[in-house]
Amino acid sequence: MTTDTDNRGAKGDILLEMKDVEIDGFSDERWHKIVKGVDLTLRRGEVMGLIGESGAGKSTLGKAAMGYAQPGCMIKSGTIMFDGIDLMALSETEKRKLWGSRIAYVAQSAAASFNPAHRLIDQTVEATIDHGINGETEAKTDAVELYGSLQLPDPENIGTRYPHQVSGGQLQRIMTAMAMSPRPDLIIFDEPTTALDVTTQVEVLVAMRDIVEKFNTAAIYITHDLAVVAQMADFIKVLRYGDEVEEGETRQMLSEPKEDYTKTLWSVRALHKDESPSEDIALSIKNVDAAYGNTVKVLHDVSINIPRGRTVSVVGESGSGKSTTARVITGLLPPMKGSIEFNGQPLPAALKDRNKDQLRRIQMIYQMADTAMNPKQTVAEIIGRPLEFYHDLRGRKRDGRVAQLLEMIELDDSFMDRLPGELSGGQKQRICIARALAADPEVIICDEVTSALDQIVQEGILKLLLRLQKELNITYLFITHDIAVVTAISDEIVVMFQGQVVEQGLKSQILSPPFPDYTQLLLSSVPEMDPDWLDKLVDERS
Amino acid sequence: MHPVLYTVLQRLGLGLLTLFIVSIIIFSSIALLPGDFGQQVLGQAALPETVEAFRRELGLDKPAWLRYIDWIAAVLQGDLGTSFSGRASSGADASRSVWELVAPRLSNTLFLAGFTALIAVPLSLFLGITAALKRNSIYDRSVNAVTLTTISFPEFFLAYLLIVVLAGIFPTLSNVTPDMSLGDRILKIALPALTMTLVIVAHMMRMTRAALINLLASPYIEMAQLKGASRAKVIIKHALPNAWAPIATVIAFNLAYLVVGVVVVEVVFVYPGIGQLMVDSVSSRDIPVAQACALIFAATYILLNLMADVIGIVTNPRLLHPR
Repeated sequence: MTTDTDNRGAKGDILLEMKDVEIDGFSDERWHKIVKGVDLTLRRGEVMGLIGESGAGKSTLGKAAMGYAQPGCMIKSGTIMFDGIDLMALSETEKRKLWGSRIAYVAQSAAASFNPAHRLIDQTVEATIDHGINGETEAKTDAVELYGSLQLPDPENIGTRYPHQVSGGQLQRIMTAMAMSPRPDLIIFDEPTTALDVTTQVEVLVAMRDIVEKFNTAAIYITHDLAVVAQMADFIKVLRYGDEVEEGETRQMLSEPKEDYTKTLWSVRALHKDESPSEDIALSIKNVDAAYGNTVKVLHDVSINIPRGRTVSVVGESGSGKSTTARVITGLLPPMKGSIEFNGQPLPAALKDRNKDQLRRIQMIYQMADTAMNPKQTVAEIIGRPLEFYHDLRGRKRDGRVAQLLEMIELDDSFMDRLPGELSGGQKQRICIARALAADPEVIICDEVTSALDQIVQEGILKLLLRLQKELNITYLFITHDIAVVTAISDEIVVMFQGQVVEQGLKSQILSPPFPDYTQLLLSSVPEMDPDWLDKLVDERS
Repeated sequence: MHPVLYTVLQRLGLGLLTLFIVSIIIFSSIALLPGDFGQQVLGQAALPETVEAFRRELGLDKPAWLRYIDWIAAVLQGDLGTSFSGRASSGADASRSVWELVAPRLSNTLFLAGFTALIAVPLSLFLGITAALKRNSIYDRSVNAVTLTTISFPEFFLAYLLIVVLAGIFPTLSNVTPDMSLGDRILKIALPALTMTLVIVAHMMRMTRAALINLLASPYIEMAQLKGASRAKVIIKHALPNAWAPIATVIAFNLAYLVVGVVVVEVVFVYPGIGQLMVDSVSSRDIPVAQACALIFAATYILLNLMADVIGIVTNPRLLHPR
């Protein structure tokens, strides 16, 4: 065990002590170990970062710190002492007295974690009133103050709204207010900013960090994003496959991690491709306006040039029109105005007017590989379908080509008979890449293809895409909100904001000053691995 | 205009349109019935001229589209027409207006349906909520098993079973008359109401339970638990307000069944409801009565579904409180 709590700058007495905690989860008709004997010690006022890839058990461990096991999970053994109380020995009713009063929880998706049927203020103070910590009037007055200190707009009235009436970033801050309302000793933050845009994330991070400091609340901050945890946590615990890898003080962990696994986590962002300019335009869209249902215009005069054999990344927040641009190019959403040219020839606006060859040349890969494949078809059928449709390959010829394609995506032909359900997330995305390649396309549109994947898996997919580009001279239009991915793989970058192109140019040009205002905001909002980054940013912006 | 009002008015308009289309279907399918009313009433021995005269009197010689327009125009003015039976050509003119025939039957049916709903709906909601609360417990399983059993029997079998078991306590003939007191009437319809309750409770109870349990997997339910809310509070305060739409739909469906689908129960208990009237009118080719009954049934379905829609809309905060 590398845990050594005495070496940490001790802030107070021990608040939470978990020893040798084992948690099992039930799936595929049997019990699996999710957490395999982890120790955790947290003192009053401390913030611990729990970091790991999906499946590392970090969220399960975080909930176990409350004595809670989600449905399908079971805390099998170990001790969980919260302020001298043995949580494992308490009944459900006794634990409920602690939840929402002394221990609070902040969930990942604020939009899904607020009850759509009740007003925000009522949900904010619900636990405080139910546990008899405060009367209704006092609790509501206090909630308004919390809203204010979390920098929410119109703190007096925002609580009278319903969850769907406020933005995601505001909801996440209101959830922090909800957790803080009973003045708990401990808050579990479970990936609270993962679902937010990077520009929104900054505001929420600052608000959460300040309020935790203000009330000297202890917190466990769960995330997969190192740069985020670096801003929030006093020390970091790294988990992998339900085991602890190492734990240490934040600065020390960032500068000199001991374990190899931690080092690989740290180094993922180092992937880099040198840009190379090109004037040979494969695909260009010109002055495109587009709308859904003729009412809300989502693209305004968008023009983008995509050079052959290069990667053009489209970046922007959700709602900036990135995916709509992709839909226009594929013909799924014919534009109201403007044109699309492919190899210098005009491309019909609507999908149904394009011929088979035009369809073949532009392929698409989606964010959710899960839902982009028919779960009842084998890998050979999934990849074979475009081979039959575009190239009329059947039988043994088809299978031979499928095997070749599998080799190209670094899988072997033993995968041919598998179903999507038997594959990992990264493998599924590889199959989707092979399916796109099967058509022999010139342009592949990649819509957030790595957003749902862990960083290490992400790196593998990105490397594969770069290799394929080099070998086959494929052109990529890469849609993403992840600036780290953009800097890793693009030649050119298009910045979009509210349906308009803010700028387009070579990577080096876009990523170096002077920046237009929005690009500046976007780039500066990307968390860096420097623990002081957030402080510096707040200073700069104020 | 408030979007909720707009949506409700839109649904109302669609409901009226549906009713109009249904009226065409009713008219054409009754026109397609084999046999002829004149022939049926006057018998095999009637002279062709007599049958012809009779048909002319009833207006059956006109083309179908003209008869439809006459009928629908009259209905829109509140006139359901005159029954074919008891016309002058078949003896003395003792014919009665359709409304005169339908009204007492309809009021009987609504009385029975209303009384049954008064028992069945609260009972199903209570059973559904408690079963969801004590999910997978013995209580949950027994409620499920019992209600499934009762829904699995044919209605007439349940009806006879209840007669066998409860004949000593409740009257087995439900031949109510308008001059009875309310207490007597309720006593008379106890058995048919109980039969129908057994038939519809399972469906509504299971839907309530399923709708609630479905919501229990939502992140906001886990959030409520982690705020320390008790099980009962989680279900009633956090799940139920979001479950009304599916529950209202299934209740509406079953209430409609109480009005339009109970002819078998009416027959068993000799209850003078509208279902029997419709069956009789079809077998005697009394077209105006059959059409009126079918139209009432269709309107019942549409109205109840409209109400379920409205409940779904007003319990949806996204529609009630737009951005």
